[in-house]
Amino acid sequence: MSVLVYTENWAGKFKKLTHEIVSFAAAIAKEMGSSVTALSIGHVADDELKTLGQYGANKVLNVQDDRFESLDNKALADAVAKAAEKEGAKVIIFAHNNEGKAIAPRVAVKLNAGLVSGVTGLPVSVDPFVVRKKVFTGKAFANVQINTDVKVITFAQNSYEVVENPTEVTIEVFDPQIGDDEFSTKVLDTHKITGKVLLTDAEIVVSGGRGMKGPENWGGLEELGELLGAGMACSRPVSDEGWRSHEEHVGQTGKIIAPNLYMAFGISGAIQHLGGISSSKYIVAVNKDPEAPIFEAADYGIVGDAFKVIPQLIEAVKELKANK
Amino acid sequence: MKILVLISNVPDTTTKIRFTGDNKAFDTTGVQWIINPWDELALTRAMELKEAGGVEKISVANVGTKITEPTLRKALAVGADDAIRIDAEPLDAYFVAKQLAEVAKDYDLIMAGIEASDYNGASVGGMLAEILGINSVSAVSGVDIENGELKIHRDIDGGSQVLSVPTPLVVIVQKGIAIDPRIPAMRGIMMARKKPLKVVEPVEAEPRIEFLSYELPAPKAACKMVDEDNAKELIRLLHEEAKVL
Ligand SMILES: Cc1cc2nc3c(=O)[nH]c(=O)nc-3n(C[C@H](O)[C@H](O)[C@H](O)COP(=O)(O)OP(=O)(O)OC[C@H]3O[C@@H](n4cnc5c(N)ncnc54)[C@H](O)[C@@H]3O)c2cc1C
Repeated sequence: MSVLVYTENWAGKFKKLTHEIVSFAAAIAKEMGSSVTALSIGHVADDELKTLGQYGANKVLNVQDDRFESLDNKALADAVAKAAEKEGAKVIIFAHNNEGKAIAPRVAVKLNAGLVSGVTGLPVSVDPFVVRKKVFTGKAFANVQINTDVKVITFAQNSYEVVENPTEVTIEVFDPQIGDDEFSTKVLDTHKITGKVLLTDAEIVVSGGRGMKGPENWGGLEELGELLGAGMACSRPVSDEGWRSHEEHVGQTGKIIAPNLYMAFGISGAIQHLGGISSSKYIVAVNKDPEAPIFEAADYGIVGDAFKVIPQLIEAVKELKANK
Repeated sequence: MKILVLISNVPDTTTKIRFTGDNKAFDTTGVQWIINPWDELALTRAMELKEAGGVEKISVANVGTKITEPTLRKALAVGADDAIRIDAEPLDAYFVAKQLAEVAKDYDLIMAGIEASDYNGASVGGMLAEILGINSVSAVSGVDIENGELKIHRDIDGGSQVLSVPTPLVVIVQKGIAIDPRIPAMRGIMMARKKPLKVVEPVEAEPRIEFLSYELPAPKAACKMVDEDNAKELIRLLHEEAKVL
């Protein structure tokens, strides 16, 4: 019996999210008295696979098959289900991101398992298996019980600390034996965003709204973002006006993010905007209007002109870095 | 090509969320119901594809009791050709997907929203595809039909891709699929009254998860204010107090 974790690598390296999710799985396995198996699909060197042992993985199943590079949902789900069956996995954990959301529901059907997505912490109990998740786009929480023998969950990023928990780890090559006819996704073109901090990965996000007045005023925010190693975001009207790329739009109809720190400049904090950022650990708001709803969601705030505040912040961050 | 758009009936985005006294159920009193925003965008894109030619028919389907009919009528007013309501309380995503699988068999392209804004499950589209034994593509930000074949744009973590995937197919759509949702015109509303809305009986299916109870988030501590002329103090607080810098 084991807890199976679906890991994701980027160009052969695991990111913090994978370490988080393996740590999370290790904590669940401990409570259930079982072990942790990590499934890695793609080209990851053995040395890198072994690092998962740092966070509590007992075994790594290593699938190396170029056909999976097309990220075909049907074939991927088949591979995960076969790994789960081989390991006798009772709990299967995915990240609540593009890949996890794509595969987990299919795996749940294959294994006759109940699925809860966007789980925000360790189970409330493991027997019965009850987890907590956000509902109504962050306006409430629900306690949800999974009533099937096998359970599938997707884990909301930033919901658990990375815990060092060095374990003896074995690496095993695994061939799930998927037929060619399972793969029907053909990739015609791939566009990778390079050189920028990815918004969905970023631990700090610097964001601007209509209060920034125009695309020509983003220099200060860019500089602040760069100093902080932050991802850049914006409110919907900003991307609708074409001031910033659609890639940066966060909110109910944009990207949903959960960084450690979200800094909103000239953003009113409409409910649809908050829907995409309310899981941030800390929210900072800079707004001229003391009545702006963003201050109800914020932890730290400045009532003031963004154009006066941003240069001061840049200077303070430079000083902080110089003293570190 | 025939398109089926899945429609979830959800509380209006600005609804104040309340639960019944024992916190065991969502309190629907006074709730304004709408088409789930993602489903609305999917329907909009389906309409655009139909107008460009190459789509014979657009149907919409929902699992829900009679209270969801105004939402389905709205989808008809936007331009869907017919609507199917599977007459059951949507118990969990698996139950819903199982019901939809019964009516989805005859379509080439099935469009689902990435999640419903009530239970945020992000599950029905993928489950439906698996039950039907067909492929699915998630995080879809564009669908085009070229020479009768689908060209799909999807987001991947760290970029985007253009794909070709044969039908039948479930696409699970997100931001970018359409710019603004289509608003029904007067003519559409008049025509919607005459369009078929078929009610079908549910099939046997056991839900696999159970919502036990709900909680509202703890009230947030008051926002700590920093003076505009002393903005540097904010960086100190973020460094020393919040420890995020
Ligand atoms: C179905 C639906 C979905 C939506 N989805 C999203 C979504 O995903 N994301 C999203 O962001 N919005 C979304 N919206 C739009 C949302 O309702 C708001 O209109 C939007 O978030 C407002 O953006 P804003 O705060 O940048 O602009 P505004 O509301 O115009 O606010 C600008 C703010 O800047 C302040 N300001 C002005 N000048 C300065 C200055 N010099 N210094 C400091 N502050 C200044 C003002 O006081 C004001 O509070 C959606 C709306 C609908 C109906």
